Amino acid sequence: MDAFVLQILNGLDKGGSYALIALGLTLIFGTLGVVNFAHGALFMLGAFCAVTLKKILTISKQVKDESITFFDAFKEVPYLEIWFGETGAAIIDYAVPLSILLAIPVMLLVGLAMERGLIRFFYKRTHAEQILVTFGLAIVLQEIVKAFFGANPVPMPPPDLLTGSADIGAAIGLGDSVIYPWWRLTYLLFAGIIITAVFCFLQFTTFGMVVRAGMQDRETVGLLGINIERRFTIVFGIAAVVSGLAGVMYTPIVPPDYHLGMDFLVLSFVVVVVGGMGSLGGAVAAGFLLGILQSFASMNEVKEILPGIDQIIIFLVAVVILLVRPRGLMGRKGVMES
Amino acid sequence: MTNTTNKFKLSRRKLLTSAAAAGAGAAVFSGATPYSFVKGAYAADFRNDPSSQSFIKLGFNVPQTGPYADEGADELRAYQLAVKHLNGEGDGGMLTTMKPSSLKGNGILGKKVEYVTGDTQTKSDAARASAKRMIEKEGVTMFSGGSSSGVAIATQSLAQEMGVIFMCGLTHSNDTTGKDKRRYGFRHFFNAYQSGAALGPVLKDEMGTDRRAYHLTADYTWGWTQEESIKNTTEGLGWETVNTVKTPVGAGDFSQYITPVLNSGADVLILNHYGKDMINSLTQAVQFGLRDKQVNGKNFEIIVPLFSRLMAQGAGENIKGILGTTNWNWALQDAGSQAFVKSFGQEYGFPPSQAAHTCYVQTLLYANACEMAGTFYPPEVIKALEGFEFDGMGNGPTEYRAADHQCFKDVLVVRGNANPSTQFDLLEIVKEVPRAQVEYDPSIFGGELGPYEV
Repeated sequence: MDAFVLQILNGLDKGGSYALIALGLTLIFGTLGVVNFAHGALFMLGAFCAVTLKKILTISKQVKDESITFFDAFKEVPYLEIWFGETGAAIIDYAVPLSILLAIPVMLLVGLAMERGLIRFFYKRTHAEQILVTFGLAIVLQEIVKAFFGANPVPMPPPDLLTGSADIGAAIGLGDSVIYPWWRLTYLLFAGIIITAVFCFLQFTTFGMVVRAGMQDRETVGLLGINIERRFTIVFGIAAVVSGLAGVMYTPIVPPDYHLGMDFLVLSFVVVVVGGMGSLGGAVAAGFLLGILQSFASMNEVKEILPGIDQIIIFLVAVVILLVRPRGLMGRKGVMES
Repeated sequence: MTNTTNKFKLSRRKLLTSAAAAGAGAAVFSGATPYSFVKGAYAADFRNDPSSQSFIKLGFNVPQTGPYADEGADELRAYQLAVKHLNGEGDGGMLTTMKPSSLKGNGILGKKVEYVTGDTQTKSDAARASAKRMIEKEGVTMFSGGSSSGVAIATQSLAQEMGVIFMCGLTHSNDTTGKDKRRYGFRHFFNAYQSGAALGPVLKDEMGTDRRAYHLTADYTWGWTQEESIKNTTEGLGWETVNTVKTPVGAGDFSQYITPVLNSGADVLILNHYGKDMINSLTQAVQFGLRDKQVNGKNFEIIVPLFSRLMAQGAGENIKGILGTTNWNWALQDAGSQAFVKSFGQEYGFPPSQAAHTCYVQTLLYANACEMAGTFYPPEVIKALEGFEFDGMGNGPTEYRAADHQCFKDVLVVRGNANPSTQFDLLEIVKEVPRAQVEYDPSIFGGELGPYEV
């Protein structure tokens, strides 16, 4: 039972990150019909918003390290700590959550610039051309990040308050082996909030209603005198923000490097395809489903029967679902079928 | 048409005879002597022979991207420093402490040392392609690099195929100088067997003989051989192995591999990971509260059999108190280590890693072997390296064993420093394990070195 609960938690945690990334991807696809291979790069740029803020907050004064006698070595003492003491240290400690404030405007601007500057010229082009141009853009973005931040992963610890683990077993009457890191629980909660917010925005606002109508029938909405193009541009920006925020909050789980986006790119496309192209609910459901299945496939009991299953489970499930439901779990007729 | 005969007409035979006579005459009058009469010089052609040029080019093939990029960057710094010292620039570093040494600080055999670099991307195919480019297009006479054993083994066989010596950088798999050893490959770094042999007695003293171990292992040659070596050692102590789980290199999120540890009944987690993988798996294991757990009435322990200061830096607080082994540490007090740390520190502002150390030493050892052989001809350089005994390079008296091209020297058991006295003092040396304790019979791993002439 303990193992089962742990794998469920693990699956939800993984599923949360998959769902967040796939949500933005399917939002872009559903509205603009663009196959955006630069989506992983948006996730990576979000993570580097956190790295940038941390670098800004830890701009340091170099102080000679007297303990090193072999050569001239210097310690770096952040100015924030010099000026504000413990308050300054606390601000640095909360660099990751604070990065959300930086990531929202930055990623919105990146999204708008990307759509207006490049993507819009490819609306009427074939999907193959869209894939080529967005993949090229992803490579350019990751090389820019590499040039500025280097190739190595940058450690981004969570705030002290959220390090360590929650004793969930004791809280729900299970064994003491059911523990889970506070930051991963925070990430799961955060993913839930963002997913709910996006759904509410699309479901309960006039803007969302118009966007949904545009997703169904762009031409008719246009004929009603609504500038649907402008709204879609904003949706692209929102999708970039969602991916960026997913990246920011992911940094304490895996230290980010320039390649982070590519690591998630294929996975996020599988999630979108399994969920159904252009279906927001499908992407979220598929994200959690694949996260949980991947987690259970990693259990030693399962791997004893099917060695290596943890490496292929996601793709295996994708194949089975596409055979049974060719449009994915919640795919709509007509999407990508022209 | 008149058929005229010109007495000065040059026939093909006359031309060849005159050319041969002129060549011999020129050689005599210029004081030159045919190569075959000079000791240590070889008329035989070999790939990228630098005899006709004023410089020798070396290739440094390191991971500049991928999970071992930290090590790769430090290796490159060390190579650049080695080239500087070989060319007589800087303070000379270990050139001043190496014994015996034929190095003069005027390049190698009087030729200025130049270098080219490549990115292995921590992938065997990319590393081979990069090495091939260095050999075929850049004309390197020797190449070197790390930090993955998979890459080292792949490039070492390329070295054998192409007849160009490969001085391994950081590679720790038993296979590199075991079943996959090659005549053209040399390893200064220690191996997984030696880590196990060094770590065993310390584990017994600190954790006792009644433990249950769980292994998470990088799924490639290095991980497999390290797991096997450590497992043999711990089972020899009386420990039980609960499970051994392979994880993909560069997995990033190890949570699905760590959660099964929590209720496995294990009280020790052994992380056979290196570089970025080790930083991630250790950080996540600590986040999952493993260090704070009590299992079977004992404190839960984590062991990282192959440690480095760079990894300790990446893992931050999580490394404190964790045991492992290392090939070398900058805090060693011998003259060679101090000379190297001083040079490296003055150049870059921080001390070198073990990866940097082994790469620096390998470059100097190759250069010295060329000087000893009096030629760049690979078979003679190989013979000079085989069985070479030296000191003053940071690990005490060391031997390049001829039978498998593995260096034998002291090994360090280290622990993540709980109270560092300096910002670089991340590893505390627990024990300097003498060379005799980590020696083994080369036949246990099998393999064939292959021919000198290729």
